[in-house]
Amino acid sequence: MASEDKKPKAACFDGEAARSLVTELRKTFDAGKTKSYEWRVSQLKSLLKLTKDHENDIIEALRTDLSKPVLEAFVSEIAMLKSSCEFTLKQLKRWMVPEKVKTSITTFPSSAEIVPEPLGVVLVISAWNYPFLLSLDPVIGAIAAGNAVVLKPSEIAPATSSLLAKLLGEYMDRSAVKVIEGAVPETSALLEQKWDKIFYTGNGKVGRIVLAAAAKHLTPVDLELGGKCPVIVDSNINLIVTARRIIAGKWGMNNGQACISADHIITTKDFAPKLIDALKVELVKFYGNEPLVSEDLSRIVSSNHFARVTKLLDDDKVAGKIVHGGQNDQNNLKIAPTILLDVPEDCLMMNEEIFGPLLPIVTVNNLEDSFKIINSREKPLAAYIFTTNKRLKEAFVKNVSAGGLLINDVALHIANPYLPFGGVGESGMGSYHGRFSFDTFTHKKAVLYRSFAGDASARYPPYTPGKLKLLKALLSGNILGIIRALIGW
Amino acid sequence: MEPIGDLERELEELRETYKSGKTKEASWRRSQLKSLLSLLEEREEDIFQALHQDIGKNHVESYRDEVGILIKSVNYALDCLKQWMSGKNVKLPMVTFPTRAELVPEPLGIVLIISSWNFPFGLSLEPLIGAIAAGNVVVLKPSELAPASSSVLATTLHSYLDNKAVKVIQGGPSVGDQLLQQKWDKIFFTGSPRVARIVMTAAAKHLTPVTLELGGKCPAVVDALSSSWDREMAIKRILGGKFGACAGQACIGIDYILTEKKFATTLIEEMKVLIKKMFGENPRESHSVARIINKHHFLSLKSLLDDPMVKASVVYGGSLDEDHLFIEPTILLDPPLEAAIMNEEIFGPLLPIISLEKIEESVEFIKSRPRGLSVYAFTKNEKLMRRLISETSSGSLIFNDAIIQYAADTVPFGGVGESGFGRYHGKFSFDAFTHEKAVVRRHFLIEFWFRFPPWNDYKMQLFKSAYRYNYLSVVLITLGLKKSSQCSKTH
Repeated sequence: MASEDKKPKAACFDGEAARSLVTELRKTFDAGKTKSYEWRVSQLKSLLKLTKDHENDIIEALRTDLSKPVLEAFVSEIAMLKSSCEFTLKQLKRWMVPEKVKTSITTFPSSAEIVPEPLGVVLVISAWNYPFLLSLDPVIGAIAAGNAVVLKPSEIAPATSSLLAKLLGEYMDRSAVKVIEGAVPETSALLEQKWDKIFYTGNGKVGRIVLAAAAKHLTPVDLELGGKCPVIVDSNINLIVTARRIIAGKWGMNNGQACISADHIITTKDFAPKLIDALKVELVKFYGNEPLVSEDLSRIVSSNHFARVTKLLDDDKVAGKIVHGGQNDQNNLKIAPTILLDVPEDCLMMNEEIFGPLLPIVTVNNLEDSFKIINSREKPLAAYIFTTNKRLKEAFVKNVSAGGLLINDVALHIANPYLPFGGVGESGMGSYHGRFSFDTFTHKKAVLYRSFAGDASARYPPYTPGKLKLLKALLSGNILGIIRALIGW
Repeated sequence: MEPIGDLERELEELRETYKSGKTKEASWRRSQLKSLLSLLEEREEDIFQALHQDIGKNHVESYRDEVGILIKSVNYALDCLKQWMSGKNVKLPMVTFPTRAELVPEPLGIVLIISSWNFPFGLSLEPLIGAIAAGNVVVLKPSELAPASSSVLATTLHSYLDNKAVKVIQGGPSVGDQLLQQKWDKIFFTGSPRVARIVMTAAAKHLTPVTLELGGKCPAVVDALSSSWDREMAIKRILGGKFGACAGQACIGIDYILTEKKFATTLIEEMKVLIKKMFGENPRESHSVARIINKHHFLSLKSLLDDPMVKASVVYGGSLDEDHLFIEPTILLDPPLEAAIMNEEIFGPLLPIISLEKIEESVEFIKSRPRGLSVYAFTKNEKLMRRLISETSSGSLIFNDAIIQYAADTVPFGGVGESGFGRYHGKFSFDAFTHEKAVVRRHFLIEFWFRFPPWNDYKMQLFKSAYRYNYLSVVLITLGLKKSSQCSKTH
């Protein structure tokens, strides 16, 4: 049996172990334990308790993995997770109730309802940037929907991964909720198995691998990926507030390492200098004059990613466009908030998701041109615009396609449990948060009740022209036609 | 067969059309749906003829199962289109006031629909209705195994609909492969699990979301019904849901029956009587039962009966006419459970009846097998009904009827597990081809100043209260009337 406390992990979790893991969970699921409301509530309460009891440990693990500032760790991971859990506990009973639906004359007399049922045994693979939240938020949905679940946290955030394994092992029902730690070999072993659903948060490259593995078993998949989230900035805005919100939505989010953080800005040639000045002023207010030593900025997660991000600045044509920042501290994996102006369109920075503290500003003559620029790229997870021009807002909503849109702010929409959070196209498929988390791990079974009472013999052979007439009338809901057909008109 | 150069041209035209924004307009969608309606009403005869040629369907069956249902669905979509297209306002927690949020439906873009041969019009046009209503441009690849229908679809859609936005590409597996190499914004597939795997694997390369409408073995639990009226009604529906639906070649057709030993004989006797009444003495002559699609499928059905123990269990029918690809309605009683006929989806007019000691055993029987598109139960026993609902899983569960869920607009139609994922019909068709975009509008007025660094305990305390939606606390702390007593000591 695959266990969460075996170290080293190297040779012990293989295909065989994965197979027996799934078998064990299937047995638990088939026995019906995870379906009861009581079980789901008890598990969710345990998750909540785990988070409350070990808040400091979680903050410490996030500091170890990402140098995440305490308040950021609290606000963006712990508080969000608690909030999600509490919201789910409050709403769960309602979500579990079958939904009655109207039926029409074509199936008269009948009644129908949609009954939510768990999919079965599900796999959640999470990411390293919000390792606590992105692991447990989907798990909340999986448990709320009554499934047995395996969580594979990211190995790039090892302290959090190991903390999750330990805490879930202690607090949760181990016959139904398991954590498997590991890297590529362990993940591959898991992906070979037949799951009833796979929920993956990460990048497009691995997303394709997950989807291809799922295809072998016809397993439905949710992919929460990323993209280059653009921020369009108009000139008719409150500059200081805008600058602050952009900073909060870029460097305030794991120092730019977030799927919905502002990737780049698009603004007019005239306005760019004003925007840059405002950003510079606010950046100093937030992080001081020595951002590399500020406690309020996360570091880059690993040396691989540090190399990847610094490489984006390697090109002279790019480095020459830096208007603020640009310093880094390789030993501590720190990169300062960096702003660039008008880097060449074809450079690497403008063609990959940056996922780091570099903010290129692209200038255009008219803001309407920005829509074309955005639409010429792959659809991102989010797109933002700062403007007070109503017409521009509506044009933005109408013309820009992304997972979600936010007007006059950045990133805040994820805190709302009433909005589905997910991508489209390259930024992913499926959505979650709030009720959408429950739904994504649920099968909505249609249940139709018919009585033996009325029936249209027109349905059955032997087939006659009269029956055809009646069927035509019945299927079109044409009452007069039905009567006429019935009386043989 | 479409050479690849032509295909690229067609796709380029579709991309241009989509980029122009034409298909997003409500007027375009409405006009296309209305044209589809005209197509169905005016070309009814061509459709009946094609279905008769391809699978020997009686035109009343064709109307009942395909044309009529499509007309109903198009009308439903026309009635609801405005509502479906309008955004949905979303409530927000007060702490975010005065923010507004809504869900805005938008088309996915360029979509591919691959349909099956058994209901070639229904399974092509029902998804098409959803794709058009949702504002997409579409390529439809009908099944080459129903060539007359495929051809009628190509010519009629070409002449009635906007052929810069809706294209039919005919052909077999190699055309299918070429299509699957392209990048689609969505693929909607109806067919077998084997091909579904090929489709999904191809889709994975482009991160294309898919809907898979597959099949499975749909069981019908038949309880001992005491009233003869109920029995007759039930049996008519069972026979209609098996032999009357494309001769059993339907994904939601009844695959096999589960009943109690003591009821089995009555059931079989009454079924024999009604089969004769409904399908006549010679079903092939009376054109009341469709034929088998092709020799390949005919031979695989024949081989199901090859097993001597299976053959011995035939209690009615069993005659096969290879020249006419016709199999008469056949009933079997208790073929061995390990036989192929009880382990593969039959997809033909062979109806095994499995007899159990007690009807409650049917729950375990169904549970221990892969999940199908539907489970049927003919019973008035409420306890059994409740157990079936909560202990079995399937795409849908129908009490006291069969197949009819296909005609419903308000219940989702789709599978789970081995029978597929995704759903459609009614608004669910619209949703299957839509991206629901979350749109949040904020103002510059109110700001949570404590959102921004530099961080300190005070801000931490405010956050803790705000996240608990403890507005009073937030106010008190801001006014300096409440101390930060629970703040974390790690900062």
